[in-house]
Amino acid sequence: MPKYIVTIGLEVHAQLKTQSKMFCPCPVEYGSEPNTHTCPTCLGLPGALPVLNEGAIEKTVLTGLMLGCTTPPLVKWDRKNYFYPDMPKNYQITQFDLPLCIGGGVPLYDLAYPKDVQKNIPNPGKVVKLTRIHLEEDVAKSTHHDKFTTIDFNRAGTPLMEIVSDPDIDSAEEAFAYLSSLRQILVYGGVSDADMEKGQMRCDVNISLRPEGQTELGSKIELKNLNSIAAVRRAIHFETARQTEALDRGEVLLQSTRRWDDDRGETTLMRSKEDAHDYRYFPDPDLLPLHTADILARVSPSLPELPHQKRARFTNDYGCSAYDADVLASEQSLAAYYEAAVAAQPTVAPKKLANWVLNDLLGALNDASLTITDCPLPATALAQLVAIVESGKISGSQGKEVFAAMLATPGTDPEAIIKEKGFEQVSDTGALEAMVDEILAANPDKVAEVKSGNEKAMNWFTGQLMKASKGKANPKILSDLLRSKLL
Amino acid sequence: MSAHSIDIHRVAKLARLELSDDEATHYAAQLHRVLDHMDTLAKLDLSGVEPTSHALPVYDVVRPDEARPGFSQQQALSNAPKSVLDQFQIPKVIE
Ligand SMILES: [Zn+2]
Repeated sequence: MPKYIVTIGLEVHAQLKTQSKMFCPCPVEYGSEPNTHTCPTCLGLPGALPVLNEGAIEKTVLTGLMLGCTTPPLVKWDRKNYFYPDMPKNYQITQFDLPLCIGGGVPLYDLAYPKDVQKNIPNPGKVVKLTRIHLEEDVAKSTHHDKFTTIDFNRAGTPLMEIVSDPDIDSAEEAFAYLSSLRQILVYGGVSDADMEKGQMRCDVNISLRPEGQTELGSKIELKNLNSIAAVRRAIHFETARQTEALDRGEVLLQSTRRWDDDRGETTLMRSKEDAHDYRYFPDPDLLPLHTADILARVSPSLPELPHQKRARFTNDYGCSAYDADVLASEQSLAAYYEAAVAAQPTVAPKKLANWVLNDLLGALNDASLTITDCPLPATALAQLVAIVESGKISGSQGKEVFAAMLATPGTDPEAIIKEKGFEQVSDTGALEAMVDEILAANPDKVAEVKSGNEKAMNWFTGQLMKASKGKANPKILSDLLRSKLL
Repeated sequence: MSAHSIDIHRVAKLARLELSDDEATHYAAQLHRVLDHMDTLAKLDLSGVEPTSHALPVYDVVRPDEARPGFSQQQALSNAPKSVLDQFQIPKVIE
């Protein structure tokens, strides 16, 4: 039975976070009443003229910088001609031969892979090569009813960035990691929220299989209607199996487009190569070409620290483990929270703060179905609590109780909770010393045991003293006192 | 007679136009004349001329990313032959 090599390329469309549409000043706002953000331009009325949105261009150029693309010195916009009701002027304005970004790549982060393959990543550190990124306009939104279709033009003409990868992806898992990593980077740049489930990021998959040993790629099958990163993975698994079976049966696969049905877990044929479009691209005479040197110079300073750079800094400067740094850097808002905590308490080891953020805070947020962006506990408050625990004023387990109370009543000062719960430890060395002297004098036999090297007897003293102080003695000071007197 | 051959029916199909046989002959002849003119242009020596996509040497026309209200919903829908649910209503589209 021949083995097949799977080759995958992805075309990702990402909505840009701009104030206004790509070619007209209508607001970009999702979830508004239908047809409340339109004008002659985005309705495609005859005679209306488009004007380029500078902000959308800057965000696309920034994306190119983040992904290591090059930007040609001169770019232009072209018309892609086709007829569809969601595009009433019968062409989409897009970029054909001179896009804003060329080349570059998307690094596949370890934590971007599906959880079940993170321990066994086939090509660690892989960077998927990009072909290009261009800037175009989105189409209107169609809703299909029983007997008719309705169209809302609020989305028509909003800026849409298309990121096209090379056929450089080898598996469903790499496609999953590509989309998760890309999303992280787009969010980091403030370019797009890139949530596939909200339609802010859309993805078409091109997949082909060829027998091992054959260099020429197999017939390209395009998959559409993929509405989540997980669906992309499932669809590629299905399609790989379907094409493998077909090729094993000796079938010849033809270039075609298939639609993924996530409920049924299968793809069905939408159109074959014969009905492939002929878009007859030509330069849009309404839009003038654009020089990019000034834009690049303006955008370069806003290039953000990227997830992998942040991760390296967290391990090098903060002493975080590679895994902890990975998790902290995976979400920009989480990284920002952590850095705010570190900045608030410079004397506390950043690694300790990482433990609290990752274990206690994320755990509690997860239980409450909250994300870090709606965390009720400010980073400074958490850092203050960790500083108190680290100073030995309260114990670790008392710290967890205070933490729970702080989450339950946001805005409460940790010191106030400590007082209220009576967790205040006795840190008065004089008072503790008197207690220590008393117990040592009363137990000469145990003193002898410690002096003869029995460390367990030391624990016995600690236990007695904690009991005598009703648990309020500062354990660290206590242990220091005992050691200095006994050893 | 033109040196070119145009599949006028394919061009018409791409433009969603229905042409009678007479119209097809009529427009094919016109389009042939356009292509013949391209041949004339192709004979020019343009070796020192940089290719351009636009006739005017004007570049870099952009606007700042600022939003401004456009049509009201009622205005937007006022040209619609049919509307329902505050949207344009069209015959059912099957992908
Ligand atoms: Zn508009």
